[in-house]
Amino acid sequence: MKTRPGQSTKGVSSPSKSYASNQEIRWCPGCGDYSILKQVQSVLADENIPKEEIVFISGIGCSSRFPYYLDTFGMHSIHGRAPAIASGLRAIRKDLNIWVVTGDGDGLSIGGNHLIHLLRRNFNMNVLLFNNEIYGLTKGQYSPTSPLGTVNKTAVWGTIDLPFNPLKLALGADATFIARGLDIDPLLLRQVLKRANQHNGTSLVEIYQNCNVFNDGAFSVLTDKATKKDNTIVLEHQKPLFFGVNNDMGIILDGFSPRIVKLSEVSENDLWIHDEEDSLKATILTRFFDNPENDGFPRPLGVLYAVNRPTYEDQLRGQKKMAIEQLGQGNPYELFKGKNYWEVK
Amino acid sequence: MSINTSELRENIVIKFAGDSGDGMQLTGSQFTETAAKYGNDLATFPDFPAEIRAPQGTLYGVSGFQLHFGSTRVHTPGDEYDVLVAMNAAALKTNIKNLKPGGTLIINIDGFDDKFLRLAKYDKLDNPIEDEKLLSNYTIHKIAITQLTRKALEDSGLGIKEIDRSKNMFALGYVYWLFNRKTDFTENYLEEKFSKKPKIFEANIKVLRTGYNYGITVEAASSTTEVQAAALDKGIYRNIRGNEALAYGIIALAYKTGLDVLYAGYPITPATDILHELAKHKNYITTFQAEDEIAAVTAAIGASFGGGLGVTASSGPGIALKTEAIGLAVALEMPLVIINVQRAGPSTGMPTKTEQSDLLQAYYGRNGETPLPVLACNSPADSFDIIYEAGKIAIEHMTPVMVLSDGYLGNGSSPWSIQDPDLLPEIDIPFANQDHIKDGKFMPYLRDERLSRPWAVPGKKGFEHRIGGLSKENETGDVSYDPENNQLMVELREQKVENIAEFIPEIKIKAGVEKGDILVLGWGSTYGALMSAVTDCHDQGLKIGFAHLRYLRPFPGNLEKVLSQYQNILIPELNNGQLIKIIREKFNVDAIGMNKVQGLPFTKNEIINKIQDILKSE
Repeated sequence: MKTRPGQSTKGVSSPSKSYASNQEIRWCPGCGDYSILKQVQSVLADENIPKEEIVFISGIGCSSRFPYYLDTFGMHSIHGRAPAIASGLRAIRKDLNIWVVTGDGDGLSIGGNHLIHLLRRNFNMNVLLFNNEIYGLTKGQYSPTSPLGTVNKTAVWGTIDLPFNPLKLALGADATFIARGLDIDPLLLRQVLKRANQHNGTSLVEIYQNCNVFNDGAFSVLTDKATKKDNTIVLEHQKPLFFGVNNDMGIILDGFSPRIVKLSEVSENDLWIHDEEDSLKATILTRFFDNPENDGFPRPLGVLYAVNRPTYEDQLRGQKKMAIEQLGQGNPYELFKGKNYWEVK
Repeated sequence: MSINTSELRENIVIKFAGDSGDGMQLTGSQFTETAAKYGNDLATFPDFPAEIRAPQGTLYGVSGFQLHFGSTRVHTPGDEYDVLVAMNAAALKTNIKNLKPGGTLIINIDGFDDKFLRLAKYDKLDNPIEDEKLLSNYTIHKIAITQLTRKALEDSGLGIKEIDRSKNMFALGYVYWLFNRKTDFTENYLEEKFSKKPKIFEANIKVLRTGYNYGITVEAASSTTEVQAAALDKGIYRNIRGNEALAYGIIALAYKTGLDVLYAGYPITPATDILHELAKHKNYITTFQAEDEIAAVTAAIGASFGGGLGVTASSGPGIALKTEAIGLAVALEMPLVIINVQRAGPSTGMPTKTEQSDLLQAYYGRNGETPLPVLACNSPADSFDIIYEAGKIAIEHMTPVMVLSDGYLGNGSSPWSIQDPDLLPEIDIPFANQDHIKDGKFMPYLRDERLSRPWAVPGKKGFEHRIGGLSKENETGDVSYDPENNQLMVELREQKVENIAEFIPEIKIKAGVEKGDILVLGWGSTYGALMSAVTDCHDQGLKIGFAHLRYLRPFPGNLEKVLSQYQNILIPELNNGQLIKIIREKFNVDAIGMNKVQGLPFTKNEIINKIQDILKSE
């Protein structure tokens, strides 16, 4: 595995709490953000990334307070623009370890344009999209991921906006890494974050995050002990897709159509084998739950898709190198003079 | 027989006018480069429609290039033309009113058939080139340019469309002859431009020479005209367009500071030429074409956060989109250079036409109390100095800086005394150091005597910190909602910008008297017209002075004193009265406004008439 920008090769271990800033955390008690913060701190420590090489950039919203709580470099910027700020930073700083923290409103509504352009350009950074299907900081309006028919302050008669499916959108923008985690599953979240950090390119991690004040229980079917095994599926590269409370359910691909089967009815060899590098399979995985015909399909968690494509900054550096070789980098006086100058004596 | 007499003239204004597909911009800029090569002082005014290929022959499709060149100092592209080249009826109709009585009118008679007359809304029985009364005012050169071009290229193997496209070279060659100038420079240019299209190259050269030789052969004029080199200060010169000068200034900033400069932009008229130029020079800077205006400015902010210098440019509507992010840069106290190549507004307005109507936007166009320095270029060549000074202020005072240019300066050109970048003023970069650590903690908002804060760049161990748009505690930069602290920070940022007045030059009287009846006070692209007008009035004995602001926020420290030396203050602006509002508010001076919002620059005579009106009414 390649050494990642910002990843120390010295093997100096830092306990995760040393990444915590002195700021008092101001999220609501019980918010899913606390767990995400803890897992991020833990991954930074596990990966031995020196604090001074880390930059967290966020926009506006509950999630965007994140940088204040880490003792790294950070910027809490303006609504939706963190991906663009981080792109400008990455364009001139290949050496840093850059994270963007955003939410479903910040990243998919006001900042949706920047997110898709970041993904297609493939700047190396990690984007954490906290999806709680609600606007929390402004106290409970529907967001671009709120399910149809959601009733709240700005959707008194129920929402009629078809929600975004963030990972499907990301694939549409040719993302090179998409994954999904849950705030309350620390082990899985750490694994996913680690993978995201190791990916050279833009890594988009959608994290289902419970807003216990304005949208409590939005993901309970995926997180409650009684229901989660039947409703989620944890993906592992080159492993078959099976799930269920007794691990007795599987998924097969019938042409391009996924079908749920009982393991008792098929051989394990016939099951869909997860392949992170297969974009077609990834597309089908992202659509498991947005097609009414696919009702009853489990929600895929873990790494859905991960491929390598040259990063924007590497290509940019290549062009700069070429320009320097061809044109030099000395005093630009001759450039300024051009061919058509004259002298007044 | 060749003509051997030559009439000596101090300066000449030529207007090339034709269809927007006729290549008038190329013709004009080639004549300009040749004039520069001959050592003339000059000023240009390209004036073209927003449509790329407006329908042929129409009045709104006329594209023009105006050039004023001379052996004496030239400050404006000129009010009226000595020579008008009209490639068709529409070009004649839209420009004839500005041709001086007795001026030279070169007409392509092939552009005056029934179709062209109809498109130009002339009655076909009323063909202007047969109007003896009209023509008697001018020296007329009627030439069948289209036919002669076709004849010259009949064996070229090119199609009629391609052939007709080179008729501008005929006009150019002919005008070269008229002004006794060689075609060398243009021939070299064509060779380079069409190096991969030898047929087109040969056709253009042939037509260029045909036009030149046509002048010799038909003895079209009793004498040619000679304009000698101008007596400019010593130095190496080139002709430069304003947008090009801005690009070069940005390169100079990168070279002098050694900082990674990120220029992030989004295509918009008339600012895009800066990105066109910079995209060639990735050896000096990094360019980034962002997905929108907001991404362009925020990417620039990201670069500045990373210890580079972020630069972005746009024009009016694009600047409006950037305003929230500019406010963030003010709150962060981050170096950033924002260029506004202004155009006629409001909204989309007239994208290719000039105006100075974004001064108040630059001053006040953000939420909250968000002061930032504002500078304005006064000529295409001055754009280089202004952008360099803006970068210096942005870095040394840790603040976003707004630079105002406009379409007239950006597209226009003037001679530039090329500066050796090694001799430009040094720029001190206020990187953070151990002095900014208190009790083991880095203080991102610990201020120096300028009230400026230290710049701590990611990667620097022990200087980890978080900044953002939320109100920050002075010194620590921690989020703070403390009422007293917020007031303090607002006042500190305001004072920080005001303090810059101590670092900028005083304003000087550029023409006329230092105490008298009228001070003409300008800013930005009106410099040339105001300078010429005041010089003329002063020569006529009026007690008049001229001062021009390059620094609009803060104002030079001596401005109030200068204003107090005159009975009247006249502030001409290409807007509805913006600088005048600020001057009135700040100095309580009852200045007189003069305003024009037609997408066109002031003419010298408009200014002179206004000055005379003021003195008459006294």
